[in-house]
Amino acid sequence: MSNALVVQLNMLLAALILLTSFALLVQRRIFAILHIFAWQGFFLGLSTAIIGYATGVHHLYVSSLLTLGMKVVLLPYILYKLIHKLKIHREIESMINTPATMMVGIALVIFSYHLTAPIRQLSSLMTRSTLALALATVMLGLLMMVTRRHAVSQIMGFLAMENGLFFAATSATYGMPMVVELGVALDLLIAAFIFGIFFFHINTTFDSLDVEQMAKLKETD
Amino acid sequence: MHPFAIELLQLLMLLGLAPAFAGWVKVVKCRLQGRTSPGILQPYRDIGRLFVKDVVLAENASWIFRFTPYLAFGVTVLAGGIIPLISVDLPLAATADIIALVMLFAIIRFFTALAGMDIGTAFGGMGASREMMISSLAEPAMLMAVFTVSLASSSTSLTHMVTVMAHNPLMIRPSLAFALIAFIMIALAETGRIPVDNPATHLELTMIHEAMILEYSGRYLALIEWAGMMKLMLFFSLGIAAFCPWGIAAGGDPPDLALGVAAFIFKLMLGGVIMVLIETGLAKMRIFRVSEYLGSAFLLATLGMIAFFILE
Amino acid sequence: MTLVILLWISILLAVALAFIGDWRYAPEVNILGSALTFAASVVLALKVYQGGAFSAGGNFFFVDPFNVYLVVLTTFVSTTTSIFSRRYMRIERSHGRVGHWRMRFYHAMFQLFIFAMLMALLTNNFGVLWISMELATLATVLLVSLYRTPNAIEAAWKYFILCGVGIAQALFGTVLLYFAAERVLGEGGNALLWTNLSQVSGQLEPTVLRLAFVFLMVGYGTKVGLVPMHNWLPDAHSEGPTPISAVLSGLLLNVALYALVRCKSLVDGSTGTHLAGNMMMGFGLLSLLVASFSLLRQKDIKRLFAYSSIEHMGIATFAFGLGGPIATFGGMLHMLVHSLTKSAVFFSVGHASQMHGTQEMARIRGLIRGNPAVGWGLLLGVMALSGMPPFGLFASEFLILTATIKDRPLLTPLLLIGLAVAFAALFRRVQPMVAGLIPPWQKPITAANIPVFLHMSLVLMLGLYLPVFLSHWFQMAVGLLK
Repeated sequence: MSNALVVQLNMLLAALILLTSFALLVQRRIFAILHIFAWQGFFLGLSTAIIGYATGVHHLYVSSLLTLGMKVVLLPYILYKLIHKLKIHREIESMINTPATMMVGIALVIFSYHLTAPIRQLSSLMTRSTLALALATVMLGLLMMVTRRHAVSQIMGFLAMENGLFFAATSATYGMPMVVELGVALDLLIAAFIFGIFFFHINTTFDSLDVEQMAKLKETD
Repeated sequence: MHPFAIELLQLLMLLGLAPAFAGWVKVVKCRLQGRTSPGILQPYRDIGRLFVKDVVLAENASWIFRFTPYLAFGVTVLAGGIIPLISVDLPLAATADIIALVMLFAIIRFFTALAGMDIGTAFGGMGASREMMISSLAEPAMLMAVFTVSLASSSTSLTHMVTVMAHNPLMIRPSLAFALIAFIMIALAETGRIPVDNPATHLELTMIHEAMILEYSGRYLALIEWAGMMKLMLFFSLGIAAFCPWGIAAGGDPPDLALGVAAFIFKLMLGGVIMVLIETGLAKMRIFRVSEYLGSAFLLATLGMIAFFILE
Repeated sequence: MTLVILLWISILLAVALAFIGDWRYAPEVNILGSALTFAASVVLALKVYQGGAFSAGGNFFFVDPFNVYLVVLTTFVSTTTSIFSRRYMRIERSHGRVGHWRMRFYHAMFQLFIFAMLMALLTNNFGVLWISMELATLATVLLVSLYRTPNAIEAAWKYFILCGVGIAQALFGTVLLYFAAERVLGEGGNALLWTNLSQVSGQLEPTVLRLAFVFLMVGYGTKVGLVPMHNWLPDAHSEGPTPISAVLSGLLLNVALYALVRCKSLVDGSTGTHLAGNMMMGFGLLSLLVASFSLLRQKDIKRLFAYSSIEHMGIATFAFGLGGPIATFGGMLHMLVHSLTKSAVFFSVGHASQMHGTQEMARIRGLIRGNPAVGWGLLLGVMALSGMPPFGLFASEFLILTATIKDRPLLTPLLLIGLAVAFAALFRRVQPMVAGLIPPWQKPITAANIPVFLHMSLVLMLGLYLPVFLSHWFQMAVGLLK
């Protein structure tokens, strides 16, 4: 593959990752969210592998496999099983004002672009332009966690944010040192374990995974 | 060939091919759904029959009602003179750019809506209000999508855009991919196809475009139908010109022109098949969901524009 | 070597306690293990005291006076907390609030949490620091929801989500830091090592580091509990078991602040300005003011002290942001005495709420008459927390105030207002709880008095007289952070 083609492919994948972030942001059906998340992981893994191939930084292959294994297969599978077990696969989340959320999302993308401008100027890596989209993915995940009222969607926002961080590391520096990436993956695994337990607790305690009901702890006057 | 001759040829092609294209879409759709098709020439027969029929006018119809079909037809033909179909050497194209083109379509819609309300029937008003809602959402998205393309060629002139696009080396451009998806979504809405509107139905609850023109008959209806077919074809031509203009002639050489015509017809037929696939795959959505649908189109178009700045 | 032992004890203990956590003597095992860690950390500290900073494990670990004092503090407080938790958790077990599995889980996670904090303190690598901070969060999330009440689950979920969001920002900051470091130090794991970074901080690209610090500040600041990212803190403290509140307040916040201070010294070294310091001062002051005014409206006793933690972390953040030898010294002393005092107060609070079966302050009365040790412990603790003279917090707050008057005189009134409001708010709430007659619903309990006594006497001692080795030690650390 020529370098120009790699850059273009990487850009396309970056754009697709951003697109999946937006899709996550506005999707209501739980299973669809899960599918979109798996796609995002797939694009991410592919992009990492392509960069690894083009730059000869071989530990990126390991990261790519890790991403594909965890974010495309393992985590969606665990969530799928959980959702079935909790019998919430038909739940559709009510959302308020999707267009406004999208507008905020677009504003966040532009904001990320401006924020990463100094890095774009300094960097000479072929992936430098995708850093803005990586930060945007982080921000959109954050937005999703803030706007969603369903525990599963909040977790998906969290995981999308993690995807964005991983993507940022690949775009800015061709990946963090191996020990850090492995550690982050381990943390993610533990986090997956914990939110799995949480889903059960919330579901049995509140009879639903809608976290809107969890609003007791407020400042009392 | 002289540029004006090309222009004339293009207009004749538009006028002549538009019903055939509508017929082609119907044929493919029938095939796909396992029905026998009325044949590719059916739209010609429909228009011809309408032209010989008498016009029935409501008593309180004003000049707007009678004027609108001519306006719609004329403006559509004018728009057809701007979009390069077979060659970029178009004298008329210099008079208007892509923004003017969007505005031309807006004029048609405005007068059709007025005419829909003119008689004062319930259906006409309902159709007009729905059409206005859709167009108010679709127009900004449409502009956003074409702006993305014009960013890539740094011009809003259609012929210039086409030249740049046709001669650039092939590369993957996420911005154009986004803009294309947005464009397809908007085009489906603007030409009244599934999932926004269903051109084949007169079901009172769901129709939009058909509701506005329910009171027309005879030659008026023929003109409006014909203009509608041309509009459908023009949206395809616009898509082809903006996103895959390869094969279009650069000047007036007859062999180039012949290639341009062949390429155009081939792409048009292919586009028709794609549209039928989309239409068959989707169900018509409730009118309240249309705002979300067009909002997504706007989002995509904006993302395309952002992706252009960030990535390219 | 000591270092490896130090870390292995807690991780092995975590595994062992996962199996025997509900055994009769499990709390004793927990105490013994924590005490061993404490002993190892003292040995480590002595080594640093004599030989100065060193790195170990192929540059993976790094020990200098700044982090080793926090290591000693962490292991000390974890030891006393495990002593406290022995009585406390037995009472909870006999009341049936936790069962067999949850006891095992509690003990294992307690040690895992200690391990994560020690790892965060001792590692040389900014990436591993982040991982350990995240691990510490994850270990405590399920401890907060240990009681499985709707409130506890809500608090833990909030904690999980908010800290997840926050810590993600810190990771992005770390990526940016790595980006800047890689340009100077070359690719590979070495570029994230503190020992390397601190040497080349002047060459790091200032624009990138400035951006990185904004993310690091928001990220680690969430864990420190700085306003406006503090929402999780009062909930997590009030709904979890009290020993966990004690270690969250006394230790986890410190470790997060430690991470922030390390980042700050890098960033200010690179930009040559006082930008990072100013940001920390701003967040610190805001936390102090917001928290002290929030103290006025609290009804739940653990929430009250959770807000007091925000207030004190605000003061310490402010001090580190101010910089300079006196303020940094004050900040370090403040972290130390606040940890000791706050965990002691939480021990008393835990027993007080067990005696009354509620955390509502309006129903907690007559503590001194009912159980003098608990009552006096709470009263003395609150006196110390509000900065009354003979205690250590007075000394540290005095130092910070002096440095403020000298460097930023205009900020002094704000600082004083915050301190005064906090003082008034705490006393207004605590005085009726400790004084008065025993209410009929109060039940006698056997309290664990040793930890409170130990902590309070240390705090008293640090207020009256700072041992030479400690001040020398702090001065070494101050020298490092310049």
